[in-house]
Amino acid sequence: MICEKLKQALKPLFPAEETIPPVIVAEGEEPAEKTPTPQREAVIETDYAKCGYHLDIKATPEQLVEVVSIIDQNDFFIESITGVDWIEEGEIEVVYDFSRYDFDLCRVVVRTRADRNNAELPTITGVYAGANWHERETAEFFGINFIGHPHLVNLLLPEDSDIHPLRKDFKP
Amino acid sequence: MNQPVELQPDETFVLNVGPQHPATHGVLRIKMEMNGEYIVHAETVVGYIHRMHEKMGEIKTYPQFLMNLSRLDYLGAMGYSHCHALCVEKAAGIEVPKRAEYIRVIMVELNRISSHLVWLGAFIMDLGGFTPLLYTFQAREHILDMMERITGARLTYCYIRFGGVSRDIDDQFIQSARDFMPYMRKELVKYHKLVTGNIIFKKRLIGMGHISPEMCRKYGASSGVARGAGINFDIRRNEPYSVYPELEFEVPVYDGCDNMSRYMVRMDEIEQSLRIVEHALDQLPDGPVMPKKAPKNIKPPAGDYYQATETARGTFGVRLVSDGSTTPYRMKLRSPTYSNMHLFDEACKGLMIMDAMAMMGTLDLVIPEIDR
Repeated sequence: MICEKLKQALKPLFPAEETIPPVIVAEGEEPAEKTPTPQREAVIETDYAKCGYHLDIKATPEQLVEVVSIIDQNDFFIESITGVDWIEEGEIEVVYDFSRYDFDLCRVVVRTRADRNNAELPTITGVYAGANWHERETAEFFGINFIGHPHLVNLLLPEDSDIHPLRKDFKP
Repeated sequence: MNQPVELQPDETFVLNVGPQHPATHGVLRIKMEMNGEYIVHAETVVGYIHRMHEKMGEIKTYPQFLMNLSRLDYLGAMGYSHCHALCVEKAAGIEVPKRAEYIRVIMVELNRISSHLVWLGAFIMDLGGFTPLLYTFQAREHILDMMERITGARLTYCYIRFGGVSRDIDDQFIQSARDFMPYMRKELVKYHKLVTGNIIFKKRLIGMGHISPEMCRKYGASSGVARGAGINFDIRRNEPYSVYPELEFEVPVYDGCDNMSRYMVRMDEIEQSLRIVEHALDQLPDGPVMPKKAPKNIKPPAGDYYQATETARGTFGVRLVSDGSTTPYRMKLRSPTYSNMHLFDEACKGLMIMDAMAMMGTLDLVIPEIDR
């Protein structure tokens, strides 16, 4: 129910969505290979039993704050923010997890990608105050600059260190 | 209720609480800007025992990483192993025998009780009462002894394996678990008599440390923090996993948003966990505790998997990004206290320092689990 509602609310942001056939990620056969260019912006319904979440939203960095605001308006809480370093594609993916406090279960994953060499993304601390620590952690582990973050200093790593240990090319 | 803070910038001073402070139960530091006795601004500094478990997750193979999970939260370790195992099993498509899943739940719930008992004793010690700690540790000792016999460890278990558990439980364990139920219920009555009605205790808890449902949502709080703010949220019920749908229990919810509500939620949870263990022991099916062909080489197909469970401290989540090899491509551990602690900075504004410490106690902090 709420998943449908959220999809409707997100429709204006993703106008091309109707023309794309639904792609189910993590299916084993990898249907993504059939399309020559991987879809960069889309709202994808995923198989909850297989992946553990219902909606997979691929957003551009420009869309990010707006997407998160819509999620916020639908009473989602922020679960976590993390990154994945796709070194072969030269990009860093930042993954935002959202869920809800009621029994209408809907787990939402928002993904956005930044260039590895110049990783910059807008902050969402203006929408979710709780994103503060999560973004600080992601920033220090992956070397991402969250533009507009109120206090972007190291959280878990030593305060004077300048290493990004979760980058795949990190050498201790 | 909280006194309003009259901002007098020339009169504030900075007080460092921690990193070595008995009330923080670990190495946690809080920079507090104080106006007299009242907190104007607080900044939590964490990371003193950061060990980079997530990087270890990318280097070690799936079975090698098993023991890391119990090093996150040393009080309720079993729940964390459970979540990790469920996530990898979901990804790799490993079937778990019914009996193993029941044993896991029994162990997780016993561990939850022992974790809550430590919390109870330590929390009351924060408030200045030393005696209950001795009682709760005595009761906890029974649980640790029981679990040690089966799992081989008192705190840092590596009992839950992919596909099941490492050892079956025996009659002696079942008997001691059954004997423990009436004992623990009697103990709970004792704790309530000893503490809950105490006038000093009540004065320090009721109406203090306000955490609103909206604040919980913005920070992603879970466990007693959310349930103490009137949010009926428990992953065991909201997003059923394992064999919890087959077991009878209730989710205690109090809507006071104050220290007392969070205290009562955890106290009631002990009783509910006892119910779960009792019920699971009644229903315990026969059969193996590992699948016939125990999985040796675990290679989940490429993809992105997420699993959340309710641990003693709240919603623990594992995000596993697999590239189809024997080591995970990315292993994100979403720890519950991380989010619960985060809202402390905002929630403690305007409180007196001793009340902020009392509120911190109700958050049920385990620092290694924040720092990972």
